[in-house]
Formats: sequence, C-alpha cells, structure tokens
Amino acid sequence: MSEHGRYDAIVAGAGHNGLTAACYLQKAGLRTLVVEKNDWIGGAAVSRSLTPGWTYSNCSYVCSLLRREIVRDLDLPRFGLQVIPYEGGGSFTRDGRHFGYYADPAQLRRELRRHSPRDADAYQRYSRTILRQCRFIRPFLLRPAPDPLSARPRDLGELAFLLKRAHGLGSRELGETIRFWTASIGDFLDEHFESDLVKAHLAGSGIIGTGLGVYSPGTAYVLLHHYMGDVDGAIGAWGFARGGMGAISNALAAAFEEAGGTIRTGAGVEEILVDDGKVTGLALSDGAEFRAPIVASNMDVKRTILRHTPRAALPEDYLRAVERFKIRGSSAKLNIALDGMPEFPAAPPGASFLRGDLHCSESLRELERAYDDWKRGRWSDEPYFDMLIPSQIDPTMAPPGKHMMTVFIQYAPYELEAEGLRAAGNWTPERRQAMAETVLDKIEVACPDIRRRIHHMEIRSPKELEDEVGLTEGNIFQGELTFDQLLFNRPVPGYARYDTPVKGLYIVGSSAHPGGGVMAAPGANAAREILHRIGRAGNMPDLAA
Amino acid sequence: MNARDSFAGRAATPVPQGLIDGPFHQRLAALNHARAWYDWAGYAAPSVLDTVEFEYFALRNAASLFDISPMRKFRVAGPQAEAMLNRMVTRDVARLAPGRVAYVLWCDEEGMVIDDGTLFRFGPDDFRLCCQEPMFGWLEDAAWGFDCAVTDETDALAALALQGPTSHAILKAAGLDLGDLRPFAHREVAPGLAISRTGFTGDLGYEFWGAWDAALPLWDRLWEAGRAHGLRAVGYEAVNIARIEAGFLTAGVDFQPVHAAERLHRGRTPRELGLERLVDFGKGHFNGRRALLAAEKRGPRSRLLRLDVEGHKPAQGALIYHGRRREVGHVTSGTWSPTAKRNIALAEVRAPWGTTKSGDLWAEIYTCEEGVWERRMVRARPQRAAFYRPARARATPPADF
Repeated sequence: MSEHGRYDAIVAGAGHNGLTAACYLQKAGLRTLVVEKNDWIGGAAVSRSLTPGWTYSNCSYVCSLLRREIVRDLDLPRFGLQVIPYEGGGSFTRDGRHFGYYADPAQLRRELRRHSPRDADAYQRYSRTILRQCRFIRPFLLRPAPDPLSARPRDLGELAFLLKRAHGLGSRELGETIRFWTASIGDFLDEHFESDLVKAHLAGSGIIGTGLGVYSPGTAYVLLHHYMGDVDGAIGAWGFARGGMGAISNALAAAFEEAGGTIRTGAGVEEILVDDGKVTGLALSDGAEFRAPIVASNMDVKRTILRHTPRAALPEDYLRAVERFKIRGSSAKLNIALDGMPEFPAAPPGASFLRGDLHCSESLRELERAYDDWKRGRWSDEPYFDMLIPSQIDPTMAPPGKHMMTVFIQYAPYELEAEGLRAAGNWTPERRQAMAETVLDKIEVACPDIRRRIHHMEIRSPKELEDEVGLTEGNIFQGELTFDQLLFNRPVPGYARYDTPVKGLYIVGSSAHPGGGVMAAPGANAAREILHRIGRAGNMPDLAA
Repeated sequence: MNARDSFAGRAATPVPQGLIDGPFHQRLAALNHARAWYDWAGYAAPSVLDTVEFEYFALRNAASLFDISPMRKFRVAGPQAEAMLNRMVTRDVARLAPGRVAYVLWCDEEGMVIDDGTLFRFGPDDFRLCCQEPMFGWLEDAAWGFDCAVTDETDALAALALQGPTSHAILKAAGLDLGDLRPFAHREVAPGLAISRTGFTGDLGYEFWGAWDAALPLWDRLWEAGRAHGLRAVGYEAVNIARIEAGFLTAGVDFQPVHAAERLHRGRTPRELGLERLVDFGKGHFNGRRALLAAEKRGPRSRLLRLDVEGHKPAQGALIYHGRRREVGHVTSGTWSPTAKRNIALAEVRAPWGTTKSGDLWAEIYTCEEGVWERRMVRARPQRAAFYRPARARATPPADF
C-alpha cells in the first residue's frame, strides 16, 4: 500500500530550517507537507532521552544565533521555547591552573589581570573589534546574500545595501573587516593577547565544526559566526534551550501544525521527482509519493543534489560545483548522563563559570597539533572540547542532583584512518569507544572523577551524524563556513538565492546563506525567496526591518 | 496588643537613620555581590544580588527566593471583621472561604483606588490584608463602629516568596508536601508558619508567612532544599520583569495610590486600571460605590493597557501617540520580556484612544547608545491577555519543573 497526495509545497527534512521554511510557506497560504526520514523530528536540533530520566541535546547543544525576529514573528515561546542564557566558561590546565571566563565584567577583568595585566586591557579592544564586526554583519543575516555577479534588480538592491554599509565603515575599518574575514583566529589572538591559556580559551569558537586549524586563514570568521548571535540582545551570549535543542524544533513544528501544516515522519526522500526541468514531487523510501510544484530541501546541498536528484536534470558545471562544496566532518560528540556533579578541584569553590562552557586546551600550539592529527585521518590525541553541564541550569534535563554533560569534540575525521586506509567505515564501535576514552582522559584534567560519575554515555562520530541526521560527512554546518563558500558563493556561485537549476527545487538548510549554527535564517530567507518567485511576496513578513 | 498601645513606649527611642535590616538581611547581604540595595518601605531590599538576567531566568526556569517582608500586613479579627472588610474593599468578602486568598482593591469615597493587596481568610472572623501602602490608619477608621480589631503585623511577620517552576519540587524536598494546595489557597503547615500559593510573578509559586525571629531557619531550610533545583536568591529588578510579563500592577508606578497623590486628579478607578472585574456592585454598600456607579455612567477617563511594542528597546517612560501625532498617554512599566520574547509595556492611555479607539497607537522611545540619542516611533498593539501565563502556574498538583 502506498500513499499519494498533492500539496502546494513539500519540505524534505524536519530540521529547524525545514520547519521554519514550512511555517512561512504554510502561513502564506501554501498547503505544505514536511517529510522526515527519522521517527522523530528536529534534525540536528533534537532532544532525545536514551536513558530514563535524562534528556540529551544529542547534536547541537547551545543556542544564540537563532534569529530573534523569527522567534518573535512565529511566537515560538507560546509553543514552549525558552532560551536560558548561561554564565561564562573556563579552561583548565594539566598543572592545575585555570582561567575563569566570568560573566561578571569586574570579576572577568580581575581574572584576566591574574593571567596578564596587558591581556586585561587588551580584552576590551578585542571585544570591541569583534562586536563591531558583529554589528556590520548582523543586518545581512535575514536578507539574501548580495551577489555582485548578478544584474537582476533585486540582487543589485542587495549589493547596494552591502556597498552602502561597507562604505559607511570607511577605508580603514573596511580593510580591517576584510582582513578579519580572511585571517586566522590564531593570528588575531596573537595580535591582542600574550597569555597562552587566555588565547586557547578564546580560540575555540574559531574552529568549532570546521576542518581548519587555529592558524588556518578563515577561522577568524568562524569565531565571528559564533559571536554574531545574542540572547535577549546580549550579542555574543549563548544559552540553552529549555528541554534541550529539540525544544526549538518542537516549537517550530507546533507553530507549523497550528497553522494547518502536516508533518510525516518515518520515511525519507528516495528521489526528487523532476519532469522537463521542473520539480514535480517526492518519492519516499516507504513507497509513498507526494506531488508538489515546490520542493524545499532541508538536506544539505550535496545530499539533495548528488543523492536524490536525477543527474540528467542538472547541468554539469552545477554538479561539479556541488561536488567540490566542502563539507568535511571534523567533530564528534559525547553526551553523558552523570549520577552526580563531577568535581572540579582546580576551580574556586562554587565558581559560577562552571555553569558555562569548559575546556582543557592550554595553548594555540596544542590546538594546531590537534588539527594536524585530523589531517592525517585520526582523532586528536589532545582534542579540543567544548563541554557543558546544562542540567545545572535547566531542571528538565536530569533528575534532581544528577546531571547531563554535553562534550563537543574537535577534531574527529569522517574518513578515519586505519591500517593505512581512510574510510568512514573504519568507525567501528571499538574505535568510537577508543576515541571516547581519549576524550575522557583529557576531561580528567578538569574533573578527575568523571569516569566514576558516568551513568550512560552516547558517543557520536561524524559517521553517526551522517547516518542519523543525514549531514554529509557529519559536517555540522551543512558545509564549511569559509569565505569561498559564504554569501553569494553559498552553496555554489550563481545559486545563492536558495534555488537550483531544477525549477521549483530549493535548498533551505544551512548549506545556504547565511549558514549553520541553528539560526533558522536560511529557512526563513528561502521561504521569502520561494514566495517571491510565485508572486506571493506580500504574504511574507518583513523580518529584516 | 494593638499597635497604638505600644506606641508610647517606642516614642522615647530615637528612630534609626536610613535603611534598616529586614528579617533575612544576614542571608541577603552575604549573597549581594552587586551590593545594590533599594528602599522598600524603609528596609534595605536587594534590587540585584548578582546579575538581573540570571536571577530572572532562575525565576522563570527553576526557582527564586525573594524577601517580601517589607509588605504591610494587617490582621483584622472580630465578629464583624467580614462586614467591615466588605464595606471597605470592592469585592465580595462573604464569598471568600477560610483557607483562601483574594486579590482586592479599596477605594476612597470618590471611587479612586487607595491600594491593592491580597486578603487572606483564616476563619469566619479572622483575616489578614497585605499591601504596599501604610494602611493602619485607614483600616482603623474603616473599622470604626464595627466589632473587630486591627493589628499592624508588618514588623512582626516575615514573608518570603518562592517562585518558579521548580518551587513545588523544593517544597517537597523541604518536607512540605502541598501538592493539593490550589492557586489562591493558604495553609498553616506548622505553628506560626503559613504557606500560600500566591505570588507576584504569574508563575508557579508560594509565599511563606512566619515569625520575624524565625525567618533565618526558614530561609536556610528552603535554601538547602533548593540546592538540586536551581534555587537562586533574586532582587526586585528580576521580579519586576516577571510581574510586568504577568500583567501585575505596582502601586506608585502603574497607578498612584490616591492617599499618596498630592496633585489633583491623579487617582484612578478600578475600571481605569483594567480591574473592573474586582468590583462587585451587587454585594451591598462599600466605600466608593456611589462614585463608581456614577463613573460607570460617565465612562473611564483613561485605561491601563497591555501593549506589545515593536522592536526591542524597552519602552519604559515612553509617551504614547495616536496616529503618530496626538499624544494620548504614557508607558508606566516597560521591559523586554526574555520569556515571551516580546517588547512589552503597561501604558495609561486616555479615552477614547485607550478604550474604544485603541488602534493606531505608537510609542515614542528614546535611546542613548554610546553617547548618541535617538528617537524611535514604533507601533504599540494592545493585547488582552497577560504576556506570559504558563499553564504550570495553575496545575494542581504542580509538576516538578
């Protein structure tokens, strides 16, 4: 028995961008269906309980970039979304030192002075530079990328907006901006700071999710990408979604369903149906077929085009551009159910920064070496990790007195090297466990009792991320955030308007501008573009205003 | 003993200068890293202990402790206590059962609100009224000719608000299982310690009422119980955001208690404050009834509206315009709501723009960022319901979070 049906639009994939696009299409009057391969929704913004009493944010784990304009417009708080900011962070060293990145400005300044009086002063200039860059870039997030190669009036309008803003910077600041967008985070931090530990602490955001090292050009932008969000207007602040990151997807799904939309789980896309250069619908893995003149793919561009679209329907140069789109997996994750709060003997008693992001990397050199391991196809011997215990703040994630820990790991290759061969298939359960042990060894630098506290642990290599969520090579951003594939080059030159050579087929996930990080901006921008192209632009709220 | 009997003895002692300590001061002072105190009825009350943002989120996401001892508390007891209170407040006190709490207003003879507060009923002849303004004199005057006694318990009774989604879990952890206590109910859980399911945040929460000198053990008991439930002490700034989200009014801010207003025509009727549901014209005579009936005929002069304001700059102090040109009112309380993710405000708007013609309203917001002032005229849309009204606040028994 197979199911059939006709819709005005179908969204392939119930990740947060797919659901955002679906909300706007449905609210604009299009009968919209969302199909999802998993039995649950959320993509990489998901909360799942794998051991009774605990909830994990299995993939993405913190929230800042989610555009507040979208949250407000879709009234996501009414559907249960609450974003709770967290306090600061900290780094620990093997010889028992620590750096507390306190949320309290006076305390942070004193802490920086403890490491270096110069760095305490430098921090103000460093923050100013980053916040200036954030101010410059934020208005572009909810607009289509300006495309200097296009002569269409709409593109010229966006280009004029960019030029006007760029001109407003003045030549000196514009030079700084271009330098910042292309520089390495390592060079940028070396310019400002002298303390190795302070630099290592601040560098993390430049490499998260990226197949680059701290001294690779382009990593300063990756850091900016992690700073340009906000929690309630505090730019650069990060928070937890109460109930885990799935709360974002669940709220979007509830808003979509309230608007009359339909979500169908348990069967993914087999083939995107194309006839005479136009999309006509989707064939699903369970034999169901749905027809629609619009298909919005929340899958990354590689998966959408190379695995599910008939090759004959696509021009060769486009295919080649998609094939060379960089989407290298570089991250792994541990989600740990703890039967109590681990001890941090090096931290001052009751330190508030333990409620933030914690690290055990001591220097930029150490971080660069961690990248070298990845290049050779191995997980880092001394991995960088971004470790948080959200249950200290969010009471919904673990039973009282117990805790949930999320450990994001950099670097872990998609194609693991083993016995001289590099292949994703080398991620056997034994090797995954071995990687987890490497990470736990390093976590012991901060909390020596971590192993005794573990009640349950989920280990995710890039391979699991690809298999379960569908992210090609397990890249968390659906494509790396490097300058060659940002703005009008994202995902590929000439197709930055969320479109593809197949009429009616759109890319609405993080492969598109402005990229990943649970922003929901690609989904909303794509919906605006789709509605514009079918003459319904008036049905889309002006989020960029 | 009534307050007047003890007065002669006190007159000889010099009164302290400046702010004085409340019953929880020792604990609060140890936690007050921000060293920010404000004057609440002469007591040093914390405006911020640490960070407004984190205190606010403890309140809305886990649990918060806030000292409310500076509230004025008056016991009204005697065979005619009900009759006396019924003549004073605008709601029907006869319908308030023992073990219940009611939100009440009382007016002067011109129908202008003197204050609002919570009225607890302990038994047929025994009540407590809690409010912001000094009210002993007014209560004594109102009690004239009734067989009842008024006692000022303000400085004898410590009060503590435990508010937030894990507050019931904390009660349980403290050995106080009040799973069956419904909203607006109260119960004596130990001699001299009463708990009410009330609060000023619109969230799940409880208020504790106990002896002044037993305050610290109470604090410590809750503090210990709250360790695994995200409990945090909070200051007024965090509470203020929550109460605006809940749509609750603050005397002296959202309305001028008429006894304290020196200028003419600053008083407001219950309807003008959006609180006409608290006036029961059918119950018989009460203070201000005749004037309020006349006011009903004339219609309200203004209305306190809940506004959803465009943008994210708080509209605190903004003037309200109709059609961007005609000045028709002002914001009394405005804040960004971190939970509703809206820019919210309470605003007094003149009739008819605040009443029958409430479309096309605008807020004029001034911002100063790094030395540059800007003026923004943004849309302000009236909203009927509270900005945040979680279902968990009404669930009985309440959930653990």
